[in-house]
Amino acid sequence: MKKLNMLYTGLVIAATMGSMAPAQAQMRIEISGVGSNQIPVAVAGFANEGVSPQKISEIIKADLERSGAFKIIDAGVINDVNNIDYSGWKAKGADALVVGTVDALADGRYDVRYKLLDTVKQAKISNLDKAVTAQFTRLSAHLIADDVFFKLTGIRGAFSTRISYVKQEGRNYQLMVADADGENEQLALRSNEPIISPSWSPDGTKVAYVSFEQKKPVVYVQNLITRARTVVANEKGSNSAPSWAPSGNKLAVALSKSGNTQVYTVNIDGSNLQRTSNSSGIDTEPQWSADGSSIYFTSDRSGGPQIYRMNPDGSDVKRVTFGGSYNISPRISSDGKTLAYISRRDGNFQLFVLDLASGQEQRLSDTTDDESPSFAPNGKYIMYATRAAGRKSLAVVSVDGRVKQRLTTQAGNIKEPTWGPFMQ
Amino acid sequence: MRKLSSLAFIVTTAAILSACSTPVKVSEPPPVVERPVEKAVTPQADTRTVAPVETKSLDPLDDPKGVLANRSVYFDFDSYVVRADGKPVVENHSAYLVKNKNRSILVQGNTDERGGAEYNLALGQKRAEAVRKAMSTLGVPESQIEAVSLGKEKPKAEGHNEEAWAQNRRADIVYK
Repeated sequence: MKKLNMLYTGLVIAATMGSMAPAQAQMRIEISGVGSNQIPVAVAGFANEGVSPQKISEIIKADLERSGAFKIIDAGVINDVNNIDYSGWKAKGADALVVGTVDALADGRYDVRYKLLDTVKQAKISNLDKAVTAQFTRLSAHLIADDVFFKLTGIRGAFSTRISYVKQEGRNYQLMVADADGENEQLALRSNEPIISPSWSPDGTKVAYVSFEQKKPVVYVQNLITRARTVVANEKGSNSAPSWAPSGNKLAVALSKSGNTQVYTVNIDGSNLQRTSNSSGIDTEPQWSADGSSIYFTSDRSGGPQIYRMNPDGSDVKRVTFGGSYNISPRISSDGKTLAYISRRDGNFQLFVLDLASGQEQRLSDTTDDESPSFAPNGKYIMYATRAAGRKSLAVVSVDGRVKQRLTTQAGNIKEPTWGPFMQ
Repeated sequence: MRKLSSLAFIVTTAAILSACSTPVKVSEPPPVVERPVEKAVTPQADTRTVAPVETKSLDPLDDPKGVLANRSVYFDFDSYVVRADGKPVVENHSAYLVKNKNRSILVQGNTDERGGAEYNLALGQKRAEAVRKAMSTLGVPESQIEAVSLGKEKPKAEGHNEEAWAQNRRADIVYK
């Protein structure tokens, strides 16, 4: 891994085993690079946090550190959170201080309290107080990290969001759901045939994907909570590339029923199938913009594959990418301003972003087999699949290209990542 | 039991023969002797052996050495046109499907591993459609063919080199 802007050498966080998912594989995260403006934050060990199944302050530190936006100052354990030596922390270089407490409640839950303090103004910036069951102590740490990130950067944190991806070992294919840091991994679907293109519903309770269990690609929607599976598209030919409409009641899909792969929209119960794109070649990989006004897609109508946009009814088609002869897998940021995609340059498949207003293109990866980009819901990070040391693994990069992380497991391949939405 | 009854038969026969024949004809026992020899050819230990018999299948699809055993059509790099070496495969299966209206197939298109999963799925579809259209031209009804794609998801060859990629640029005929 190439290390850019190294203010510190790659930090390796060995995944800690969560008590709620004893069978999880250990995922390793390697981080390199830092943001341009690191905010110095001291994170104290939470008073009495040993009672909690998860070490809250360690998860907060790892989240903030991984973001590249902070310089973390170790603050030891602070037990008396009401008598803070602000000037002392300011002298140590911390602009902000995170302190907290954990209490075991009589009903078995844990009361997690935290405060974010401004060492310059000597005042409280934010605080949270939440009683959670044991399985949600990890989530409470991610929510605190989200709050710190938002209060100090003005950008909504995505540490409490989840990701989905496919793990493959031989003919064992598993659709997994995990926290954004790769921890708390849970199995959603196991199959002996390939699973590709998972896509989260806007409310984060369902995943659409393509399964080959019927000897051909068929689009399913699976409710993660109830396990209910619905066949959304099983037309003659191939059915693939599901993308949720922001309303959550429709999917855009790619079907070959007309004899060539074209984009259609369909209700999530499989009704009201309508063709939206119209070309004599390949139109695939539809991606709905967050405001619902556009569908971006890959088309070879100009010869090689390029990215286009259209209205959801198929009108007003415009070509979007012009650099290079092979541009695929469009993903649009939640603010609609940035397009991420995979471009083949000099035989290498690499992650690029395009600023739609200026037309400025930037390469974000230095690997050669990148696939499946996916924006964090705050639009600041992109997760993608890549190959490292002969195995398929996941990587995350900040949209400015400065902060890079790589996620690997001990065995097998991980691919087809998709970043889930903010949860209510 | 059988041996005993055979012996009894020989003795009786001999007795009858000798009884109704002249002394000159006593030299006739050879035919009688031949019968025990015939019995001896079938050794008793072989009564539990099983010699397999294979019936000839009427369905040429089941003949592992027949032309229909070849069910793969290969494609050149970045090509979606059935090559000359794939045409006999298409023709043989088309002829079979025209004759056997109750049979139907999936044509599964495949690609090499380079590039994205979904775009490769669409490219594999183009290979499957090329085979489907060639079969359709040869008179196979649409109802008997479904062209689908596995993209790059099910490589026949696992390597990361041209040799493996050439094996994976392929459409397979799969009988339902």
